Formats: sequence, C-alpha cells, structure tokens
Amino acid sequence: MNSQRQPPVYRSRLLQPASERKPETHPLTWRLRDDGRVVDLRDYQSKDGYRSVRQVLNEHDPRAVIAAMKEANVRGRGGAGFSAGLKWSLTMQGGDMPRGYIVCNADEMEPGTFKDRLLMEQQPHLLIEGMILAAFANNARYGYIFLRGEYVESARVLTQAISEAREAGWLGPDIAGSGFDFDIAVHTGAGRYICGEETALLNSLEGKRANPRAKPPFPGQSGAWGKPTVVNNVETLCNAPAVMLHGADWYQELSGDRTDDGGTKLYGASGLVNRPGLWELPIGVTGREILDRAGGLRHDRRLKAWLPGGASTGFLLPEHLDLPLDFDTVGKEGSRLGTGLITVVTEDQSMVSLMRNLEEFFARESCGWCTPCRDGLPWTVKLLLALERGEGEAGDVELLDKLAADCGPGLTFCAHAPGAAMPLQAALRHFRHEFEQGVHYPKGKAHADPIPVGEV
Amino acid sequence: MMEPTPTSQTITTDGFQLHPEDEAAMREEAGHYEQPQAACIEALKIVQRRHGWVPDGAIAAIARVLGVGPASVEGVATFYSLIFRQPVGRHVILVCDSSSCFLTGFDQLLEALAERLGIGLGETTTDGRFTLLPVCCLGACDGGPAMMIDDDVYGPVGAEDLADLLEGYS
Repeated sequence: MNSQRQPPVYRSRLLQPASERKPETHPLTWRLRDDGRVVDLRDYQSKDGYRSVRQVLNEHDPRAVIAAMKEANVRGRGGAGFSAGLKWSLTMQGGDMPRGYIVCNADEMEPGTFKDRLLMEQQPHLLIEGMILAAFANNARYGYIFLRGEYVESARVLTQAISEAREAGWLGPDIAGSGFDFDIAVHTGAGRYICGEETALLNSLEGKRANPRAKPPFPGQSGAWGKPTVVNNVETLCNAPAVMLHGADWYQELSGDRTDDGGTKLYGASGLVNRPGLWELPIGVTGREILDRAGGLRHDRRLKAWLPGGASTGFLLPEHLDLPLDFDTVGKEGSRLGTGLITVVTEDQSMVSLMRNLEEFFARESCGWCTPCRDGLPWTVKLLLALERGEGEAGDVELLDKLAADCGPGLTFCAHAPGAAMPLQAALRHFRHEFEQGVHYPKGKAHADPIPVGEV
Repeated sequence: MMEPTPTSQTITTDGFQLHPEDEAAMREEAGHYEQPQAACIEALKIVQRRHGWVPDGAIAAIARVLGVGPASVEGVATFYSLIFRQPVGRHVILVCDSSSCFLTGFDQLLEALAERLGIGLGETTTDGRFTLLPVCCLGACDGGPAMMIDDDVYGPVGAEDLADLLEGYS
C-alpha cells in the first residue's frame, strides 16, 4: 500500500519564534509556546498572568482603568478603530444604573482575518483577564464571549480555561479578595457574518435574528436586555492587562514614532504569498514589512493590489506599501486599516472576478434589513457576473458606481453596506479598465468563462 | 414574554418528541441569560446534534421550552446558516468561499469536491454521507483554500488530498 499523505489539518500559528517575543515588546504573544499548545492556567500564572487583575481590582479605581486605556490609545482591533478607553468612559454606571455586561466580540468572520482564533486557541486566560478588567472598569456583572459557531476548538479551550479560572478564584464572587464579582459564559453562534456588527450581535445574543439596532441608544447606554453593555473585540480586550501592568506611556512607546496609535497589532498576510501567517508587530509597520515577513509573492508573481484589513476595506496599490499601517493613515488613502490582516492580489488575478466574489459574500451575508443593502448588493453581483464573462452592457460600470454610492455610509442602519461599497469603489477607481473590458469584449467569445486577465 | 413551560412530561409536538436530556440541556442553557429566549440558537443546535437537522416539530417544542412563540424560533432557525431546516448528510462539509480562499484555489477545490462527491453546493450525496455547503471565511486564511468537515478544519486542501481526507468520514 502506498504511504498515505498527511491530512492537511489546519492549525492556527504565529510565525515568530519565542526568541523574538519579549514581555516588554510583545504583550499579546510573548507567553505563546513554540509548540502551539495552550498556555494553561499554571503556565499563564507563572508568566505574570492575572497579576494585572490582582493589582487593579485591589488598588485602583475603575475610573483609573478607563483613563489608562484612553491615554494608551488602544483603538478597537475588530476593525473600527474606536478608542476602547473612550468607549468605556461612555458606559452608563453609578446611581440607580443596573450593572451590565461585557460582551467579547469573537465572531471573527471578516474575510482574510484569522487573528482572534490564535489568541483564543492558545492563550485563553489573557482574554479572560482582559474581560475581568473591562468588567471592573465598566461595572459589569457578567460577560459573554460571543464566539462564531465554527470555532469549535476555541470554544473547547475557552470553556476549559473559564472553569480553571473559576476554580482558582479569578472568576466568581470576591475576585482576588477585592469584593468584586464577575463571571463569563461562552455563547456560540450559528453562522452569519452580520453577527459581528455590535448591535446585531446583541440581538443574536438575546436569541433573535441578527438585525442591527438603531443607534442611539448606544450599547453603553442600553445594550443586552436594555442594560449598559460594552462590546469589544478579542484582541482589544487582550491588550488591557499589559496596559494596566506597565502603564499607558509604555504602551504608547511600543509603536515608537511610527504613529500616534499605541501598542502592537496582530498583523497577517494571506493570498498567494510564500509564507502566509501572523505576526505581532508594533502598530504602524508598513505593508512592505509584512510582505517581507511573508516571504514575498509565490512564483515571483507581481503585486497588483492588496486589502489592508479584510473584505470591507478598500484596495491599496503597490505604491502604498511604505505607508504606516495605522488607523488614520490608511483612512486617508480612502481605505481602512480594518483588522490589519492583508490579502494580496497578484497581477494575474482578475479584479472583476475578485470583486464578484466579494460582492457575492456581502450580498449573501446581508441581513436584509435595509433596502440598499438587501437589493443593491445582489444587483452588483449580477452586473459583475456579466462583466466577468464579457457580457456587460454600456452603462454597467456607471451603474456599479451608482449602486456603490447608494450603499455608502449613513444610508443604512449598519456598516455592512458601506463595507461592501468600499472595496468596489476602490476597485472601480484603480482598475476601471478591467471592468470596462467586460463591456467591450467581443460578444459571443467568452460567455462560459471569465475573460482571461490582461486580454483586450 | 410568555413563561417557559415547567418541566413535567416529555414534550411532543407534531410527531416530534423532544428528548428529555435535550430539554434539560436547553433549560440549563437558558439559565445563563436574563431571558430564556437567548438560548434559542443553542436549543436549535441541541436538537441538531441529536437529529442532524431541525424538524418542524422541534420548532414548536423549543418554543414551549423557552416560552416564546414558534414564529420567533422559526425566524431564528431560518436566519442562521448553520441551522439546518432540512435533512443533511451524516457529515457536513463547509467549504470556505471567501476572498483569501478564492485567491488561493477555492474554484479548483470546489470542482474537485463536486467531481468526487457527485454533488454541488447545497446538495447531499445519494448515500446520505455528505452535504456540501459554502461558508463565510473560516479564519484559516493562512491555510487557504480551507474547509471543515464536521468539527475539523483542513487547509490548505489540494484536490489530491480529498480521497484520503473523505475516507475518514463514513
């Protein structure tokens, strides 16, 4: 019998050896093991784990935690980049206000993004510690980790870690002798990208369809079951313990003079690169540095475009490779940092086909609440399918412009439609000729297949 | 909001009998939240773990356990893509069709899967062994093209891997 091939089992991994990761420079990943096994409670505690909770809950005021997070300028790592400290400062608390909830957004589903999985599968206690600090700062009584249903391994590891933490007294009543009580449950979903939108997530948590809610009121005023609720991404929460332990100034300095944003970021690369993967780097590194770490493009292909942080960010060009990847700089280029995990498109890959794939995704994942999104996105798919096959009509490209504009910010309840519009507008701006080929292609020549890239 | 039905006897609705263990699991889940309705998705998953899918009668049964109307349970069941309202195969293959996998070989993987299984997306093999479905980015982009079979994630998956891979699932 022939020797069997090893099944290609997928394992989340960081492409930085322990020798490169130091507590003072890699707050998110320095504890990770080279063998990729879970950092369990004992391991975590032996590496400063829960020291932050012990210190903060016994020696600090919740307002001091919020102030430190604000000063450190920890910006939301789920992609929106909103200051976590500012968000926390807006949570209603005190007086007659009931204690609310901390909800960890672990619904990682942004195409091209695979970072939170690593943190949850290999270092669950850092997230738990971050959630305890967030609960203390926001006077929350209970926490939920809203985890996408497909992250089976994350659910297993987190559930185990929560019970370890509870047994050790880090969760439950009177945490670390401070008098503060807090506990966490894992809530798993059942699909649908829209659950990652924070108000849709709250509806889903309550056992309803994941339609977004109107804002205001914001979750900090009225969130889960009408209580003050803070929704933060996994990576955002994982930053809190080190900020509190080492201070806002230290955190700010991690990024040096690259950017005003503080700290480090899990950056990554996927697509046709030689070494797709994840790295913890100072926030504000360049796309070129990430591509270098990824070993460049496969088979010496040339770079055509790249998405800086997921499907809902705008395409950037090779000329943007030297920009610092922080929230404001990427924003100025008509894109967004998003999740910070880049997707590369090579010169031989069709922008029209890729756009069709992206809009199929957004159309399918629309919750259907708002008309521009529900009806507009399938229309873009129809047009892109025609253009891809050389069956486009005069005016189709302009119609795509119009549909994208109608999905822009402020015209729908949530950011799903604007997220679908942003890469489309960028693609139409930078690669308009590829879309126009779909109109000018000789009819009858290419009906079954996409037009080969570079023809016409 | 309606009060949840107290546990007394086995709930039977439209010919569907809710397993007492499942009912107990749903009630325990409901205890994690301010309102029992929050356990709705989990309750559907509990039924699905036992039956493979969610038959009509289960909708009414869950509604009774959680104290909500059957329409809201059905609304949830039909909204979420991983809740199956029709029978599926013994194993569900979720093949990632999002951008990173699209750029690294989703089309070829899907074609190879379809050829080997003799079905397309949304279909079940005639022997009831596999159902093939598309899924949102699996968060395994550094292993694209990626797919899941039941609870297991694979990637990067080449056409040449499929024979051995599928054999592991009878």
